Amino acid sequence: MSFDDIKNLLTEKLGDTVITGEETGGLQPALLINPDDITAVCLELRNNPKTYFDFLSSLSGVHYNDEANRYGVVYHLASIPYKTQLTLKISKAHPKESTELPEFKSITSVYRTADWHERETYDMLGIYFEGHPDLRRILLPDDWEGFPLRKDYQNAEFYKGIRID
Amino acid sequence: MVITNPKYEEALLRYNKKIAAASVEDMVLNVGPQHPSTHGVLRLELITDGEIVKEVIPHIGYLHRCFEKHAESLTYQQTIPFTDRMDYLASMNNSHAFVMGVERMMGIDKDIPKRVEYIRVLVCELNRIASHLIAIGTYGIDIGAFTPFLWCFRDREHIMGMLEWASGSRMLYNYIWVGGLFYDLPVGFEERCRDFVEYFKPKMVELNQLLTDNQVFISRTANVGVLPLDVAINYGCSGPMLRASGLKWDLRRIDNYSAYPEIDFEIPIGQGLMGKVGDCWDRYKVRVDEIEQSLRIIEQCLDRLQKELKRTPDFDPRAKMPRKTIPKAQDYYVRCEGAKGELGFYFITDGKSEIPTRVKSRGPSFNNLSVLPELSKGVLIADLIAIVGSIDFVLGEVDR
Repeated sequence: MSFDDIKNLLTEKLGDTVITGEETGGLQPALLINPDDITAVCLELRNNPKTYFDFLSSLSGVHYNDEANRYGVVYHLASIPYKTQLTLKISKAHPKESTELPEFKSITSVYRTADWHERETYDMLGIYFEGHPDLRRILLPDDWEGFPLRKDYQNAEFYKGIRID
Repeated sequence: MVITNPKYEEALLRYNKKIAAASVEDMVLNVGPQHPSTHGVLRLELITDGEIVKEVIPHIGYLHRCFEKHAESLTYQQTIPFTDRMDYLASMNNSHAFVMGVERMMGIDKDIPKRVEYIRVLVCELNRIASHLIAIGTYGIDIGAFTPFLWCFRDREHIMGMLEWASGSRMLYNYIWVGGLFYDLPVGFEERCRDFVEYFKPKMVELNQLLTDNQVFISRTANVGVLPLDVAINYGCSGPMLRASGLKWDLRRIDNYSAYPEIDFEIPIGQGLMGKVGDCWDRYKVRVDEIEQSLRIIEQCLDRLQKELKRTPDFDPRAKMPRKTIPKAQDYYVRCEGAKGELGFYFITDGKSEIPTRVKSRGPSFNNLSVLPELSKGVLIADLIAIVGSIDFVLGEVDR
């Protein structure tokens, strides 16, 4: 199925509001998805016999660091039967001085790969995934402060009284 | 900035409660981080009922260096040595994936000379053999067979020596560069490599006699840790792990990158010869078969490199290197078949600087390891060691 077919299929099945845009400038076209619908979109793409995107290659959190201070998640799906690839993107503006974390829906119920990837994203960028079964830090210690891959991250000077060089 | 919402702490509290409750009825047992069977610094927290493992909670991150943060502050060329340190047993494959991604974004991937492509495939396959030899050797030692370990390391030493001759370093090569190579192969490399292939083929027969068909080894690994195909796909397993579950899925064939479309090789899959499809023995056997296929690829590369792509005095492997590596603004996900599975890099570039805005690396070991809690529900502790060994992960890549 081509990129446009997938777009039409999603609009047909899940309504007009699901797809908010597309990026076709680069080598790999990407679909921009409404953040609230990401779980339904993934489930549809995985189960539909015309697409069968059954393999989640990668899930990356991104801090775009633009004017709206957007946070986003990028999904790279692959279909094993059809040998195709697809990129999905969701993003959300988040006020800089907020004490809450940006929140997205978890897709752990569709792909178990997302379990550790979402934990990593939470760990590194402080993106909270609603509905994740076990959202703990994974690479850093549980009591680490701050999220290193955010663009405004300040390097910690001490960890438990030990100077970090 | 103080994050206050209590729901962010919920998972941690739940986990602490689970461990506290488990230590009343069951036993909580730590394997690692300094346990030899964990192949590095992996800590497995087991909740056990007698000899039965009820649950495994892996704790990773002991080797974390935040590769992605490094990559956001260095140019592409400077990041290549960092990719070498991810999967340090197959450095060539890592830098090959990274370099391919940058070349495609720059639009110079079609201009790379054929000789360079063949040398890249040659060193990658040599490195793949070295990586699989470690997997096999250390797997033997996990199960209790000491000799194969020594034999594998003896043969791996030849590969290390050859790659050291080409690149100047034994494990972390920094040999494949954006647009070319560090240097051409040294004079006489092809002959020495061919000698190695001739030497190594009978050694594989010996290894098979010693370990693959060994009844003790089969009893320990067959029907243990069976990974069904649907579970493997859903957990994002790739490489030998996925192929052992019976699916012919090899990105060297699917994506046909570099010089692979011109090379003839088979994709070995697990067939359940000793037990069920997708058990530990199958995962081991797929690696053994892959070594033989890699030898075939190496022979074909050598044929081409010694005949029509012969070294010429004016050949410059750095000729196509871009002066400034500034891809136009885009994002790109590149994937390739590393020694352990699908190795991916996701780049976001802004089109202005030589430094990417974001780089994410998708390590195969990270995903392959995440299936461990599912694989080891209700197994014996001794079998857990067999399962962990059969996954063949490298902690340098899990933690990045």
